Amino acid sequence: MTSITRSLASPKVLLRAVAWAVYIALGVGILWGVVALVRLQGPVFFLQAVLDGLRLGFVYALIALGYTMVYGIVRLINFAHGDIFMVGAFTSFYAITQYKWGFFPAILLAMFVCVLLNVVIERVAYKPLRNAPRIAALITAIGVSFFLEYFTALKWVFSADYITYQRPFKVVVWNIKGILISNITVIIVITTVLLLLILRYIVYNTRMGKAMRATALDKPTARLMGINVDGVISFTFALGAALAGAGGVLYAIAFPQIVTFMGIMPGLKAFVAAVLGGIGNIMGAFVGSLLMGMVDVLVVSFVPMGSRLRDLFAFLVLIIVFLVKPTGIFGEPEVEKV
Amino acid sequence: MLLEVEDLHVAYGAIRALQGITFHIEEGEIVTLIGANGAGKSTTLRTISGLLRPIAGDIRFQGQSIIRTPPERIVKMGISQVPEGRQIFSKLTVMENLEMGAYTRRDKAGIAAAMEMVFASFPRLQERRRQLGGTLSGGEQQMLAMGRGLMSQPKLLLLDEPSMGLAPILVDEIFEIIRRINAQGTSILLVEQNAAMALSVAHRGYVLETGRIVLEGTATELLENPQVRRAYLGG
Repeated sequence: MTSITRSLASPKVLLRAVAWAVYIALGVGILWGVVALVRLQGPVFFLQAVLDGLRLGFVYALIALGYTMVYGIVRLINFAHGDIFMVGAFTSFYAITQYKWGFFPAILLAMFVCVLLNVVIERVAYKPLRNAPRIAALITAIGVSFFLEYFTALKWVFSADYITYQRPFKVVVWNIKGILISNITVIIVITTVLLLLILRYIVYNTRMGKAMRATALDKPTARLMGINVDGVISFTFALGAALAGAGGVLYAIAFPQIVTFMGIMPGLKAFVAAVLGGIGNIMGAFVGSLLMGMVDVLVVSFVPMGSRLRDLFAFLVLIIVFLVKPTGIFGEPEVEKV
Repeated sequence: MLLEVEDLHVAYGAIRALQGITFHIEEGEIVTLIGANGAGKSTTLRTISGLLRPIAGDIRFQGQSIIRTPPERIVKMGISQVPEGRQIFSKLTVMENLEMGAYTRRDKAGIAAAMEMVFASFPRLQERRRQLGGTLSGGEQQMLAMGRGLMSQPKLLLLDEPSMGLAPILVDEIFEIIRRINAQGTSILLVEQNAAMALSVAHRGYVLETGRIVLEGTATELLENPQVRRAYLGG
């Protein structure tokens, strides 16, 4: 009996030891990296990079939450999610330049348009595949993504050109002991935090939010409770799209060059962030996004030719996550139900 | 008649799970379906709840056919199911689990009253109301699942293997609770492998074998039937 338990336990213990060794190595590595970076260019430069990274991370978080919530509920990586983000940016662009709308109405319109679009996509493209093998839905998502990118690139839609985004307000920059903070950063952080608090309230305190969590845990039982699962799924897509739409507006304000392919990289990085945090986990998506934003900016700031290598590093993170802890920082292993 | 099931055929692809079963439940009754693994007991319950569509036959609840009715409407009409294996929402609190049971209701006062009733019947759930469902013991989870099923104040409660995996002392407690729920006016369709227990609380029963009803009668008749004794009661 004891020999059986021991032979079962020992590989597990060994694995855990290896995992801890890797965590410690990672921790030491990160600490060493921070010290090295600070010494390389001075603390002001380093802090500036961290701050810019966090700012980018907040935008990634708005996209990553949609990925993670949709995955949590239908086990689908909605690859078209980054393109929803692009549509948000363009919607606000038209509202601001053509109709002279202010920031708040423009971001609300962008969120609304994205919600509508994502709900239609879900109904038309994904719902018929609800009981199909997962790979079918995944390929469909990639197809929807290409469709959105190339359809909107048509001359009479958004066109394939890079368009300069006109910010709905003047940029103000404050210099705090050498660290530059602009009102863009302030707006991004405030808007994102506000949206996350609203999201948190919806998911944990409303009837619909509880139904979402129940549906994510167990669909057949949720139906037995009388929960309209299709409605809950639509609502989840809507919620994700609203956040991505807002993210698109904020991203365009921070980096005022928009094009119909602008959603690809932020979308993929937000996806990596969601996986890094533990796909399906809301808190994980947020933390993962902040980390991804920082990796992005730190690489650009410190690595020679960093602006060309940033994507390489971002996906290196994904590979490392898959090697070390495939379930992500906050993730739990998924038990396949029979 | 509360529920009538008539010549019900259900298939999973090419596998015929139910091959024409007919039974009924009167108001106020406890009716049990007994049978071995794979006889089609859970399939019957899942079809009544609307999760599965029959290929032939009919199910009428209070005279109205419900085979094309979506699950959420069926819950609203007054049929609630406590699924096999309890299936409580492990990462929702006890209270949230109960709220999910009342999902089809909009009356806040009524939901609060139903929750009070559930807590009165299952005091242990009240003590643990802020705990996550997954942290409860097996017996507590079964109580939570039954409490959740009662939150919609159903006319008919479908119970799928409520004794599964529970210690004998807990099984007695669960069956006592079933009797009490029934005494308060809820009709019950009980699916069990533990035939002796099921027949001890039921008024009538049906014996299911590979998708067909092979025997039916009052609980006493079935308990005394030599065939039943041999196959399901261990002698």
